[in-house]
Amino acid sequence: MKTKLTLVAISALLLSACGDNDNNSTVVTDTPTPPVVDYEFSVSITNLTQAQPMSPIAVMLHQSGHYFEVGTAASNELEKLAEGGDNSALLAQSMTMSSSTTETPVGPGSTSTISIKSETLANLKLSLLTMMVNTNDGFSGLNAIDVSTMPIGEKKMYRTSAYDAGTELNTEAQGSIPGPADGGEGFNVERNDNQNMVTMHSGVVGNDDGLTSSTLTSKHKFDNPLLAITIERIK
Amino acid sequence: MKAKILTTLVATCFASSALAQDLEVKITNLTHGIYYTPLLVTAHAPGTALFSLGETASEPLQAMAEGGDISGLSNVLESINADMVMNPAGGLLAPASSTMAMLSTSNGNTYLSLVAMMLPTNDGFVGLNSWPIPTEAGTYEVYLNAYDAGTEANNELVVDGSGAPGMAGIPASPGVTPGSQGLGVTTSEENNTIHIHRGNVGDDEQIGGASDLHNTVHRWLNPVAKLTITVK
Repeated sequence: MKTKLTLVAISALLLSACGDNDNNSTVVTDTPTPPVVDYEFSVSITNLTQAQPMSPIAVMLHQSGHYFEVGTAASNELEKLAEGGDNSALLAQSMTMSSSTTETPVGPGSTSTISIKSETLANLKLSLLTMMVNTNDGFSGLNAIDVSTMPIGEKKMYRTSAYDAGTELNTEAQGSIPGPADGGEGFNVERNDNQNMVTMHSGVVGNDDGLTSSTLTSKHKFDNPLLAITIERIK
Repeated sequence: MKAKILTTLVATCFASSALAQDLEVKITNLTHGIYYTPLLVTAHAPGTALFSLGETASEPLQAMAEGGDISGLSNVLESINADMVMNPAGGLLAPASSTMAMLSTSNGNTYLSLVAMMLPTNDGFVGLNSWPIPTEAGTYEVYLNAYDAGTEANNELVVDGSGAPGMAGIPASPGVTPGSQGLGVTTSEENNTIHIHRGNVGDDEQIGGASDLHNTVHRWLNPVAKLTITVK
């Protein structure tokens, strides 16, 4: 009973305080337009390989579709990334709602963090793609990770595998690899692999391991996983 | 009274977990140049295994791993009332290809296993060993590694008829035409138990060299297969 009384007293005090303030308040006439809510993700990527720089890393938010699928032929956009490290066509694909890319390649041992925004969370998926530049058509990344239910502050961690776009034969020949190991050709529209389909990558051989015509050496070899990735929803 | 009802509920849950389930198992060959011989997909009771890492391969497993013959393993599975689907792909499962196996499990067959030989290898196989089938309906993804049965030296020579257990060589090399007249990569097997396959070596010579396989075609990295399992 005593408590209740005290509460009533406090309420009365508060009310009177409010009353005082009323005298100084200005009347707001126009309703402000609600600001566009931005959801934001931070994506941090570490290159775990010995000597495979990753081409500028593309991160895309989308609500449907896949940028690659094992067992399906690569799109022309994916071919351009996987053979030449050029992600511009991929970023421009119609299903992309928003995108972000590192400005430069991410070298072995390096970590790069990029942020990406969206105006919606509904059905939101995150894909990430990058080329191992010292390969013929090897790439790594994430395939349509569901981020629609991540609360702010939550982190998801991934280790990625190596894929083969299936668009260029893995000759490892001089002039066929765009990375610093060779400085050769990137994208070429011809598709001459044994099967025109995305698969897991079988690794590079190199001239130290029995492919005498290879422009690569033992240092360009890799094994799964290739990238350590952390996705955090920060807004 | 409340406690009693609870107990009954729990008991019902356990009972239902041992009941029959309908599974769809999609098998995708993730490799760039390796074929799978006819697959054996099975649901079986706990306490049985098609293979166990670090243990010697059974004769039926050896026949599967060296020659792709799943009849011995299926006989064993039949004798223990396992449910199985044999050869869902109707032959070889090519690189980047998928096939589907529909499995209705019987009471108590709560573990899923799968094997198939990898071509071209001497005694390599893709395997899933006793994956507990979830009681909750849903879609599950499982990635599989490549194993070596440990029963044959990996000489990497393509030899007709070498699928017979104990006969050295690779019985067939589908896809890209293999090399010939290799000298043989090795004549010994250091680990005679089932272990993770070290991969094919191959070489870059069409005729001669150590291996009949091609180093740019017949290698792989794990995982080599993906299972997409839908529990209904």
